[in-house]
Order: sequence, then structure tokens, then C-alpha cells
Amino acid sequence: MERAFLVTSTLCFLAGFAYAMYALGAKVRQHSRWNFVVMLAGFILQSGFLQLRSSAVGRCPLTNLFEVLVFLSWSVMLLYFVVGGTYRLSLLGMFTAPLVFLIQVVAQLLPVAMHAPVYKKSAGFWPELHAAISLVSYGAFALSCVAGVMFLVQERHLKRHTLNSFFQNLPPIANLAVAVQRLMLAGFALLTVGIVAGFFAGHAAAAIVVLAVCVWLPYGVLLIMRGTHRISSRRIAWLAVAAFTVALTTLGALSVLHISN
Amino acid sequence: MEVLCLGLSHKTAPVEMRERFAIGDANVGEISALLVQSPAVREAVIVSTCNRVEFYAAADDSTVALRTVSDFIKEKCGHAPEAPTFIELKSAEGIRHLFRVVSGLESMVIGETEILGQVKKAYQSAQTAGATSRTLNKLFQRAFNVAKEVRTKTSITRGAVSVGSAAVELAEKIFGRLDSCNVMVLGAGETAEMTAKALQSRGAKAIFVSNRTYERAVSLAKMLGGRAVHFDQWEREFDAIDILIGSTGAPHAVVTNAKISPLMTRRQDRPLFCIDLAVPRDFEASVNDIEGVYLYDIDALQGIAEQSMQVRRQELVRCEEMIERHVTEFSRWLTTSHHGFGGTAGMQPEGAK
Repeated sequence: MERAFLVTSTLCFLAGFAYAMYALGAKVRQHSRWNFVVMLAGFILQSGFLQLRSSAVGRCPLTNLFEVLVFLSWSVMLLYFVVGGTYRLSLLGMFTAPLVFLIQVVAQLLPVAMHAPVYKKSAGFWPELHAAISLVSYGAFALSCVAGVMFLVQERHLKRHTLNSFFQNLPPIANLAVAVQRLMLAGFALLTVGIVAGFFAGHAAAAIVVLAVCVWLPYGVLLIMRGTHRISSRRIAWLAVAAFTVALTTLGALSVLHISN
Repeated sequence: MEVLCLGLSHKTAPVEMRERFAIGDANVGEISALLVQSPAVREAVIVSTCNRVEFYAAADDSTVALRTVSDFIKEKCGHAPEAPTFIELKSAEGIRHLFRVVSGLESMVIGETEILGQVKKAYQSAQTAGATSRTLNKLFQRAFNVAKEVRTKTSITRGAVSVGSAAVELAEKIFGRLDSCNVMVLGAGETAEMTAKALQSRGAKAIFVSNRTYERAVSLAKMLGGRAVHFDQWEREFDAIDILIGSTGAPHAVVTNAKISPLMTRRQDRPLFCIDLAVPRDFEASVNDIEGVYLYDIDALQGIAEQSMQVRRQELVRCEEMIERHVTEFSRWLTTSHHGFGGTAGMQPEGAK
């Protein structure tokens, strides 16, 4: 049952992406409602999967890389629903869908995805809080990366005077610049909470906290530079993409360390 | 019951002719009510805008009603409506014409939406004056729904079709809302004035005008409700402006890369939208290479407008297909409902009140 939830949610994200691409090509203006419905269905199914998995493993479902990746894609979707509506960035869904689809496909292709869930005793409140909050922060960083890509695409259109259907559907560049910064800030704040929780977790989580700080520091520097206007919106957009790519690569290491704890 | 339309438009008559038959907004309801006092005309709506004067009516016999409406126009305007200036459309042709008009397909600028508001106003005036009943109520409600469908399901209203609207569209794609944007006009050309007005109509906060002839700058600034700036001092205001319009008659570039680059570093990453309406150009092309600066010259803006117009022309076929479906449905309803079958099934206009 849980596997059916996950596969269907993955298909929902694929459908959301395909429909958004079709809507852009066909120049349909009211595509966001459909996109929203499909993405919401995918999110509900994801939540269902995580709920069932949580019952099976007896703790927050972050016991292997497969679960970590699904939890990460769920975090991205959670923040998409919070932020997408706030900033009216309807097209964020179109860019988020392929990212979430890709993460879930990779997760399901992992050999560990085939293993039956193993019941483990809870590591305790603080380690679980640390892991969950840190992953949600990665969701915010993922969305800042998505908004960064949107900014760079829109900027390219404006500079080159290529005002196609894609351009028409993208939000104003100033709004995207603000979204990149605020999402980065949200991720940074969440990761700070995650790291603090990691300190309370004792030395079982020491190595994980060190890796988390390695992600936290560059984002902190970026935010300070942005706050003091020492870095342009364009550069921050590029760095949001680069920083998330680096953060994603550390996730493998983080999850191995976390699982071993 | 039959629907008919008698009228003239920018397609059939020059403005000197159209103004002879024009009816003021305040009078359309009253005149519609006068028209239905004639036994040959059951219901009437008069649409009178700068581009068209059209009499829509519902009558038992359209031939007799057309003659009555024609006599009525002659009596009210002092001129007889004659072909080919005036067109006479009966039944499906009249219905189709109204649907095309409200959808903007008959407008001077294809897809413009102002006409929908004007027709709505004309209909409301006629309705308030008691000049409409079942047939025209249904026809106009259906027409408004057709216009909505055409607008939302096609790209007929999409994109900017003039230099001014292209500039506004781009400004909104850069800044979002324009209510915190300050505009500076260099020079005092007519297109610059129109563009500044277009930006102002979308909420631009303040307008600065700078011109070699200071008096001209003062005059334009007064007209726009802005502030005049001496031409040799415009750079002092640079930090405050978001949109810079160039429209001077200078034979060389007034805004150069060397001048703008150092000024941009003081702006704390606020983008700058440069609109070059001058020929020869006021901005060096390399200004567009500066980070955060978006430069569009007159060719680029005209290209955008032409591109949008082309998209709208391509959408005509889709719009016509939609309209044709509604014309068929409405004609069928008109025939059945007035032959005692009461066949209104499936004819309730979407969203009809």
C-alpha cells in the first residue's frame, strides 16, 4: 500500500510537470489551478506514504537514504505550498515538479528502496527533531534553488529581448529576487534550529552536526553579503543553485552518518 | 422573434461620419426606450463609442424593424443611414456580429478589452430604461460570456500592442507593481510623454522630466504632475529612479556605459529599466550589458508590439470557432423558444443572473 502511494505521487509530479509544459506550449493562461490540484494530490500521497512508513519503522522515517530522499521531496512540497501561495509564484510548481519527480525516482531506484522497513527503537526526541528540521531546511534551500533558476531564466529573456510564452508566465524578476533571498533565509533559520537540536542530541549526532554546519556557514555568508548589498541578485541566484547542489551532495554523507546513529 | 443590427464602425465610416451619428452615454438608455415605443421594435440596445454606433434590436419582422430603426436614426441624427456606410445584419449575422464586437475582434486594435465595458454599460442603460426584455437580455448575457470565454481560453488579449503598453508590460515584468517606481524622462518627445502617461496610469510613483530647454521640461512635468530637472543635473536624481526614458534629439548617445556603470554601484542592486525612444538613440547599446540594467530601444518595443499583434491575428481562427458554436446555440434557442417549444435546455448562459 505504501509503495502504491509513493509511485502514484511520483506520477502526479510527472503529470504536473507535463501539464505545465503543455499549458506553456499551448499558451493556456489558466493552468495553475490544474497544476495545483495535481501537486496537492502528489503531496497528500507522499504524506500517506511517510505516515505508513513511520508506523512501520516506529520513528520518523529517516532510517535509510531512500526514506531521506522521500522526506526531502515531501519537505520541498510542503514549503512550495506555503511559499508558492504567499508569493503568487504559480510557476514555481512547474519548476518544483521535475525536481521532486527526479528525487523520488532516484530514491526508488536505490537498492535499499526494495528492502522491507525495519522497526528501530527511536533515537530520542532531539536526534529525530534535528534530522527532520534539517531536512525541511533542505526543502527551503531546494526551493531557493528553483526560484534562482527562474530568476536566471527570466533575466536572460529580459536581456535578450526574447519575450515568449515562457517569459509571459514567469513572475517579475524583482519578486523572484526577493523569493530567492527569503527562501534562503527560511532554510537558514530552520537549519539553525536543526543544528541547535543536534547539540542537544549529544555526541551521537556530533559528526552530523559538523556536516550540517558546513552547509549552514556558506548560506550564512551569502545572506550577510546579500543583506549588506555586496552581492547582486543575479549572483545570489547562481549561488543559490550552486549551494543547493553542494548541499545535496552532502546529504548522502549526512544520511549515512545519521543512519549509522 | 428575430435579432437585428444596424450600425456603422471604423471599418465602414471615417470619424467625420461616425461623429454625426454618435449618441452620448447619458442618452443611450433614453433613446433606446424611445425606439421600443415603435410597434415594430420589441427591444433595443444602442452601442455608441468612438469607433462604432450600432443599434441592436429584437423584432417579430426584421425587415420592417430595420426600416423603422433607419427612420428613427434619420429623425434623431438628421442624416439618413445609408449603405455601405451602415451595415444591416439579421438573425445569425447580427448575433455573430455582437459576439465579435464584445470579444474585440471587430476593434481597431484586435483583442482590446475596453469595448466589453462599453457594451456592458450600453446594455445596462437600455435595461434600466426598460428597453430590453427576454431576447436581448439573453443575447447580451450570452455575449458577455462569449467575451469571457474568448479572453480566457485564447491569447487574443495577450501582449502589448503599442510602444507604450509594451514598455508598461516590461516594467511590470521587472518590478512587479509600479507603485514604488520613479520614472525619469530625458527629452520631451511625444512618444516619451505617452509612455510616461502609460506608466503613470499603472501606478508609477513620481515622474521627473529633464530637457535641454528647461521651460519645455517644466511644461511637460506640469502636464504629467511631475517635477522638472535641469538637463545637466539629471544624474543627481539617478539613485531615485527606476525607469529611464530617453527621447532627446541629441545626435549622439546621452546615456553611456561609462556614465551608468559607476552610478549603478550606488543603487544597492535595484534594477534599472531603460527605454530608448530616440532616433538617433540616446543610450549606448552596451548599457544593456551592465548587470541589473534592461535596455529596450524603439525597434525592440515595436517588435514586441508587432509580435503580440501577430499572436492575436493567429488566434482569430480559434476565437471564431468559439463564437460560431455560441451563434449556432443561440440561433437554435431563438427559433425554438419563440415557437412555443420552450426549448431553453442547454441555453442558460453560463453565469447568467
